[in-house]
Amino acid sequence: MKDIADAALNAAQVKGAGYADVRISQRVQQDLVVKNGQLAAVSDDASQGFGVRVLVDGAWGFAGSARLDREEVEEVVNRAVRIARASARVQSQRVDLGPPVNSRGRYTTPIQRDPFAVPLSEKVELLLRADAAMGAVKGVTVREGSMEFIRDSKLFASTEGAFTEQDLYESGAGIEATATNPDDVQNRSYPNSFGRHQGAGGYEYIEGLELDRHAGRIAEESVALLSAAQCPSGVKTLILDASQVALQVHESCGHPTELDRVFGTEAAYAGTSFMTPEKLNQLRYGSPAVTITADAMTPTGLGTFGWDDEGVPAQRSHLVKDGLFVGYLTSRETARVLGQESNGTMRADGWNRIPLIRMTNVSLQPGSATLEEMISEVKDGVYMETNRSWSIDDRRLNFQFGTQLAYEIVDGRRGRILKNATYAGITPEFWNSCDAVAGKDEWRVWGLANCGKGQPPQVAHVAHGAAPARFRNVKVGILK
Amino acid sequence: MKSVEAARLTDLGEVKGFMDRALERSTADQTEVMVSEWDSALTRYANNGIHQNVAERNVSVRVRVVKDERTGVASLNQMSDAALTDVLQRALAIARLQPPGEVVPLPGPAPAPQVPAWSDATAASTPEERADFVRAVCVAAERSNLKAFGAFSTGSAQLAIANSLGVYQHHRSTQATVNSVVMGEAGSGYGDRAAVDVRDIDKDDLAREVIEKARRNQDAQPVEPGVYEVVLEEYAVSEMLEFMSFMGFSALAAQEERSFMRLGERITGEAISIWDDGLDPSGVPAPFDFEGVPKQRVDLITRGVATGLVYDQQTARKAGRASTGHGLPAPNAEGPFAVNLFMAAGTVPKEELIAGIRRGIWVTRFWYVRIVHPKASIITGMTREGTFLIEDGKITRPVKDLRFTQSILEALSGTLALSRTTKLEASEYFGATRVPAVHLKAFTFTS
Repeated sequence: MKDIADAALNAAQVKGAGYADVRISQRVQQDLVVKNGQLAAVSDDASQGFGVRVLVDGAWGFAGSARLDREEVEEVVNRAVRIARASARVQSQRVDLGPPVNSRGRYTTPIQRDPFAVPLSEKVELLLRADAAMGAVKGVTVREGSMEFIRDSKLFASTEGAFTEQDLYESGAGIEATATNPDDVQNRSYPNSFGRHQGAGGYEYIEGLELDRHAGRIAEESVALLSAAQCPSGVKTLILDASQVALQVHESCGHPTELDRVFGTEAAYAGTSFMTPEKLNQLRYGSPAVTITADAMTPTGLGTFGWDDEGVPAQRSHLVKDGLFVGYLTSRETARVLGQESNGTMRADGWNRIPLIRMTNVSLQPGSATLEEMISEVKDGVYMETNRSWSIDDRRLNFQFGTQLAYEIVDGRRGRILKNATYAGITPEFWNSCDAVAGKDEWRVWGLANCGKGQPPQVAHVAHGAAPARFRNVKVGILK
Repeated sequence: MKSVEAARLTDLGEVKGFMDRALERSTADQTEVMVSEWDSALTRYANNGIHQNVAERNVSVRVRVVKDERTGVASLNQMSDAALTDVLQRALAIARLQPPGEVVPLPGPAPAPQVPAWSDATAASTPEERADFVRAVCVAAERSNLKAFGAFSTGSAQLAIANSLGVYQHHRSTQATVNSVVMGEAGSGYGDRAAVDVRDIDKDDLAREVIEKARRNQDAQPVEPGVYEVVLEEYAVSEMLEFMSFMGFSALAAQEERSFMRLGERITGEAISIWDDGLDPSGVPAPFDFEGVPKQRVDLITRGVATGLVYDQQTARKAGRASTGHGLPAPNAEGPFAVNLFMAAGTVPKEELIAGIRRGIWVTRFWYVRIVHPKASIITGMTREGTFLIEDGKITRPVKDLRFTQSILEALSGTLALSRTTKLEASEYFGATRVPAVHLKAFTFTS
């Protein structure tokens, strides 16, 4: 592949590019779905190709193709350069990438068991065991389990001398039980919603989930929810499980700290951000209990890699420190505007997409409480677990989330199970109401493999370390 | 120069030959091969300038084999003979390694009508033409001291499906879409367009709409949340309809008892009729589904009564009936999907929908809509880029965006009027809706 990369970079320079990079990717993916005792879907997908990004007259052009041959390289480079020249005709500002990046090296996700070497039968048997455990619970109408395995072999090279090769592995799995009656449908999933819990790792990641051990419990909970009381409406103390805290971090801290959004480059699609540059080092984003980092080196995190898709090395930085907003997720181009250097968050959804600023592993740092201690200190509250719905405005301020399961908290104890639980708030008010975060023992890295951004649409795989956390005076129970 | 940018889709004869070789070489009991190929480009702009500008050429070859009551699916994005051998081997290996199970039946041959969905002008669009279009919108915004943001895409595609039972379907299409947000210091407006033929998109008309909306939407003030009479523009109605499809129009959702559809019962106001029709050229037509079954028109809600569901091969077998041509690519555990949706127009000019409203809200579009309760058809989301207060039959002032939490069926049960014109809205991934603007008696804004 090196010869293809060299040919692309040479051609781009000959045709007038002041900067060019090329990414060549070979990605394989296996997906399994077991549904109601049957293997409902198995697929083995592969995609390969290359994309060339060029700067001509200070304007961007990009083209990609699935055909990996010299003739196509020439054509794709021509296309990218022509597109860049067209961009230059309607340019508001010349692109400045700042200091050159010339990283070199190889990175491979640490794995113990190659998921593509594990027999299909072993995977299917695990999903069928979990399915049977859910099926043993009376009242469950739909059972589903799934797995996904990805190996993405990427090469990055640039005219600045960068040359990196990476083999990134992901493994994920999840199960879900659905119970229905004529008027209602309730579901429970494990370990998380969104179909699966996914991490950077090998098959050992799946084995650690113990899907079959949790299957009966979630099936019983789905049935119990049908006859559960509706979550009451009111302003109460709210305790979120770690997975819901992870999603809250994703939506209300991860996205608004993406510096490209802040500068308006997503304004017509994903939106902008309330965390504008004049608020940097000024905005009291959360309480002193709230410290949020972006760390592309977190073990098992889906945002863990050697270099981003601009060749910038993986690194760790603070977004919120002791409640104060102190940093952004940046690219070379956007960091330059603030007089900074990129903190390495540019990733593309494949060879046929340009890199955008994407969350790496954006994590709420653990505190010192425990979930049980937090509950014991609440007189009137609600505990909510596992996301069911999520929505936030285009500046990332006004949010409403719902969870699959909830319990009332009365006088320091868990009470009745509650259904259709929702809570809503305004981002800084909400995080400033956080008065406790559980400690390291309950802190876990949660993978989200469905983060959408960009036009054409891109899906990023990101992660969030989180522990259960408590929030005071939150509006809960939107549904009557 | 122009020839470089003309769509480079593989010749039809070559595609057919490739698929024939796949069927010949396969040692499975039954084989299906799907070739999907696209050549597309997108020019993105922000702050009155182009900041991202991309193009790609790609293909997907997807093979489904059935052997000894086992199904295997594999795909690759290459069309060489070596790729064909590889993808067939992988599909067979997957089938071989799994326990016997329920096999989704492949359909037999049935002719699909040809529907016009191709424009040479769209296929030959150049980056310079896209840049000129974007420049016109940006210049118009700049003249009004506003900033334009958005994306303009043009693309061509072909989809071919063949199976060993004799199915062979092929369809070529083009699409041009543009969206624009125009912002001032204290507010913004939104507009979009979609067409098969790029020449049908009027850049001046789009710029006029979105700049006018942005101008009117400056310095919005909050309004108390609560239940309001509303006018939803086509952008919002389209999104609502897509969520109805996602939650309830699929036969699988009904079979799994999670759909809001109660066939034979009145579920919305009588003015509401919704159907799916892949053959209507006023949508984004597609004559067959991803299993190669010709698309049928399905009346989903007729004058307020739930009348139909969409089926694929699997759900049709379970129901003891034929597929309606709404299958997704194999392997598919998600069920069929209605993606060519229409809502019947009314009789009122759009601008007169507000005539009788004493106090209400005008909604341009929704944002970040998510399902809260599928069986009750409850969704939540925000309004965005053009929310206005209506007082005594007139739009009086912009209001801050609001969050809604609302049952779609309950909202449509209070339908008071529909505009006599409809608008085409392209889906983000595939398919489209054609819908009117609606005037609803009650819509719940929760914050």
